[in-house]
Amino acid sequence: MSTQPVESTEPGESPEPGVITAAQVAHLASLARIDLTDDEIASLTPELQQIVDAVALVSSVATPDVPATSHPMPLTNVFRDDVPVPSLTVEQALAGAPARDGDKFRVPAILDED
Amino acid sequence: MAKANLMDYDKALELFEPVLGFEVHVELNTATKMFCGCANEFGQGANTNTCPTCLGLPGGLPQVNGKAIESSIRLGLALGCEIAETCRFARKNYFYPDTAKNFQTSQYDEPIAYEGSLTIELESGRQVTVAIERAHMEEDAGKLTHKGGASGRIQGADYSLVDYNRGGVPLVEIVTHMIEGAEADAPEIGRTYVAAVREIVKALGVSNARMEEGNVRCDANVSLRPRGSDTLGTRTETKNVNSLRSVERAIRYEIQRQAQVLSAGGTIVQETRHWHEDTGTTSPGRPKSDADDYRYFPEPDLVPVAPSREWVEELRATLPEPPAERRKRLQAEWEFSALEFQDVVNSELLDQVEATVAAGASAQSARKWWTGEIARLANVDGVSPETLVSPGQVAELVALIDSGTLTDRLGRQVLEGVIAGEGNPAQVVEARGLAVVSDDGALIAAIDDALASQPDVLAKIRDGKVQAAGAVIGAVMKAMRGQADAARVRELVLERAAE
Amino acid sequence: MTDLTRISAAELSGLLADGSVSSVEATRVHLERIAAVDGDVHAFLHVAAETALATAADVDRRRAAGDRLGPLAGVPVAIKDVLVTADMPTTAGSKILEGWMPPYDATVVRKLRESDLVPLGKTNMDEFAMGSSTEHSAYGPTHNPWDLERIPGGSGGGSAAAVAAFEAPLALGSDTGGSIRQPAAVTGSVGFKPTYGGVSRYGAIAMASSLDQVGPVARTVMDTALLHDVIAGHDQMDATSLATDWPSMAAAATAGLADGALKGVRVGVIQELAGNADGFQAGVKQRFDETLALLSAAGAEVIGVSCPNFEYSIAAYYLIHPAEASSNLARFDSVRFGLRENPADGPITSERVMSATRGAGFGPEVKRRIILGTYALSAGYYDAYYGSAQKVRTLIQRDFQAAFEKVDVLVSPSAPTTAFKIGEKIDDLLAMYINDITTIPANLAGVPGLGLPMGLAPEDGLPTGLQLMAPAMQDARLYTLGAAIEQLLEASWGHTLISQAPELRTGNTRSAEGNN
Repeated sequence: MSTQPVESTEPGESPEPGVITAAQVAHLASLARIDLTDDEIASLTPELQQIVDAVALVSSVATPDVPATSHPMPLTNVFRDDVPVPSLTVEQALAGAPARDGDKFRVPAILDED
Repeated sequence: MAKANLMDYDKALELFEPVLGFEVHVELNTATKMFCGCANEFGQGANTNTCPTCLGLPGGLPQVNGKAIESSIRLGLALGCEIAETCRFARKNYFYPDTAKNFQTSQYDEPIAYEGSLTIELESGRQVTVAIERAHMEEDAGKLTHKGGASGRIQGADYSLVDYNRGGVPLVEIVTHMIEGAEADAPEIGRTYVAAVREIVKALGVSNARMEEGNVRCDANVSLRPRGSDTLGTRTETKNVNSLRSVERAIRYEIQRQAQVLSAGGTIVQETRHWHEDTGTTSPGRPKSDADDYRYFPEPDLVPVAPSREWVEELRATLPEPPAERRKRLQAEWEFSALEFQDVVNSELLDQVEATVAAGASAQSARKWWTGEIARLANVDGVSPETLVSPGQVAELVALIDSGTLTDRLGRQVLEGVIAGEGNPAQVVEARGLAVVSDDGALIAAIDDALASQPDVLAKIRDGKVQAAGAVIGAVMKAMRGQADAARVRELVLERAAE
Repeated sequence: MTDLTRISAAELSGLLADGSVSSVEATRVHLERIAAVDGDVHAFLHVAAETALATAADVDRRRAAGDRLGPLAGVPVAIKDVLVTADMPTTAGSKILEGWMPPYDATVVRKLRESDLVPLGKTNMDEFAMGSSTEHSAYGPTHNPWDLERIPGGSGGGSAAAVAAFEAPLALGSDTGGSIRQPAAVTGSVGFKPTYGGVSRYGAIAMASSLDQVGPVARTVMDTALLHDVIAGHDQMDATSLATDWPSMAAAATAGLADGALKGVRVGVIQELAGNADGFQAGVKQRFDETLALLSAAGAEVIGVSCPNFEYSIAAYYLIHPAEASSNLARFDSVRFGLRENPADGPITSERVMSATRGAGFGPEVKRRIILGTYALSAGYYDAYYGSAQKVRTLIQRDFQAAFEKVDVLVSPSAPTTAFKIGEKIDDLLAMYINDITTIPANLAGVPGLGLPMGLAPEDGLPTGLQLMAPAMQDARLYTLGAAIEQLLEASWGHTLISQAPELRTGNTRSAEGNN
């Protein structure tokens, strides 16, 4: 896994900032692995545009001097002891599997290597 | 992928300057996984070490393994890195069936360790300092098996099977800065660097460091810069390079391949390539593209890790001597020849020899036993030498020989007894009755018997033909079933014959 | 004879403890009530009648044997379907999990069992808790017991409707942006969102990890406190769980019943949420102002405070929440559990099956939010959207800090309006999202919030709710003040609010052992 530099794009520099196109919705859907019909894309595009316009408000107060808060409570260093605990049984682990082969989960052929 | 498409290595170096980069993944040998209490074990039945968290079931939550943090900090320190005062985990989002949550919990812009360096020495004596950009914590993926199709490879498979036992095993990924100036040494730099990392994690005890089991895995980035240009070339990332020799071969291959492509007016595509051990070639994986939008963001289920400076210093105090320095010191202390020392290093018996010397044996005896008889027996059994006997036992054996209680030959029998589980050397000597017979009375009785039964030999000895004593010595040793010191027997034979 | 479905859990506990009622009886009457009314209300996705009766019988047996049992032992409880249960299917209101039997219990469910409560079944919710009306459940909407044409709030409309319709005295909910407090408001019930980290999230199907919190739902403040005591506490399985020794919330609620409990308490009225803003219904504002007057009369010091950054909270929420949800919901991929759907045509590959499954298994609101979250986290947009939203979160925390330097508790209406009609707002996304304006700030800042009834709106006769918020960790303070205010309001009305709910049509409209 290569590490890439942290993206640091100001809103004004984004490609077509804040404009949602059908092509973009289709791309996002493929990133999110959700099949959308053309009708769904057609209705989602203006809906997302509407939401994005509304939420863009956040950048008006998010000035550089304000730190980001990712967790509501300021905890640090919450660690677990390195002591094994019982795992699920193989049957429990596989009970919900849509398809299995012996003790493994079975999935259709994978196109891309990672 | 035919080898015909490779440029001659020397010619490639004439035209281009290779630029390298490495991402080495080290699997930590903690008792449990990175984010759950499932056992971190190799070779168990499929999906036996899984729970709602590492299976990515709805409702599962991660809990950080404190020991993995400790190991990561120690590794970072051993690589000369700064340890972050605070850092976070981040989610790397991508869909793949071996990734249960469809995101990998990793670190992104806040690694636990950063900006270190590792100096390696090539066979020529050239020293190269590799700058480390970062070492960050993450989790391993599950294991896929591809079924159907021709080769068991992913291409052409009918379906795949997933075992999540390895999913969530702790990894530290060590990322180097760009390595320039490698020149023709590039392949050797790759091999030596990975070997050095492997040696460090082994010395730290944070990983089992077995490349054949995937404990240490290397992704090698190679790009070529045309001589006289200051523009970097496009790099490829060769994955699955899982032996030291392969690291060397893969880099050499990529240099030759890229040089050929570029010289023919082609362009290098930024892509992931896969190393094939059998053919010694790389083949393209998928190109880097928009699909690599991993949408990193801080892991909201985990809180920041903020190692106190006191803790970091405590851990620094636990660091072992750097392996390269230790080797230099030991070779000098033991007064081994370069060949003798390399023999110990290559057999991975440095720790054993050192511990045996520490337990009182001479360095040469320790070396001789470990790289000789013990290594031979281990080889026969297909196990590692250190699993057969302990350094303490070897030191005891050497002491018995040095004191004359055992001969080398008896020592080998005692070793077999120790390996067979009959106890420590002294116990084996006792139980098997193997000690050298040092009671002169018993020897004299046997000698007198032998001389009496061979009067012609006695006469020859008395005539001054001392070499004739060999026959009597042989008979006595036989009677003693080998448990006598031949030199003492000879002395006594000559004494008795003279009377 | 007392109708056991109408009394509080506290009263029922008393009857169970002194042996005048068995848990089997209490459980049976609630199951009968569910069978009678849930065909209309549809609060439950699954009713586990046999298991519940067996659990109840076991509690009765152990009580008879003299075992020491917890204060709520033998009391029936309903569980929001976002919480995994090893003996009941868990769907989170989604088709993608239809029929899924988890191999484990959520920590809060385990705690219910360890305290010998009797789980009745799983309650309906907006799919993956995304919604404010329970209309986004893949299994059909829940109906408000006050008016079956109306929504019961969301996402925990099922839990709120279950207690409001007397199908269960207690229920568990989860609150990411108001999913406990807003349904409480529109159904005339009580709900509590604990301090973030006060209750374990292990086994709660995550929507937005940094906002989600599991909490109690009931008809009285005391009952809510009793259930809170059962589920609260540190859990090693949740790294964000607080290692705090929580005081007894029930004791805190009891303290609120003492004379003068409100005397000298500084009550801060959040000007931005006081009901003068757009979208607040006149009747909600009227009841809120009346409540403030009652508080003043009872000796509280009512002070106006400003939280200027709250106006950005919905925008921040609708970035943080979809971003985290898009990642949390990635695991629904047809590999280890849940639905698997093949594409209609073309090759059957893992990639295509995942996409087809998620296309078929997620409803429109879930798809919308996943796409939005994917957008907000994308390279090039992260700083402008997700990064900025996290900064707004800091500003909202600062607003809370500044306010709590002046006052002991903050108040606002729990929801800007009473229950709207099913279908009325489903096509107006922003109108739906704006519903959460009052509740979202507490989630963003991690502070506790209590919602309780504050009367019926004069114009439509429907319940309105009062929200109280305290500094993080001060959950007990809310129970003390909440119990005091509840007592004050009920004294002014001369009855409980829930007693004014219309009688529901009863009939055999639902089988007792239904599944979805």
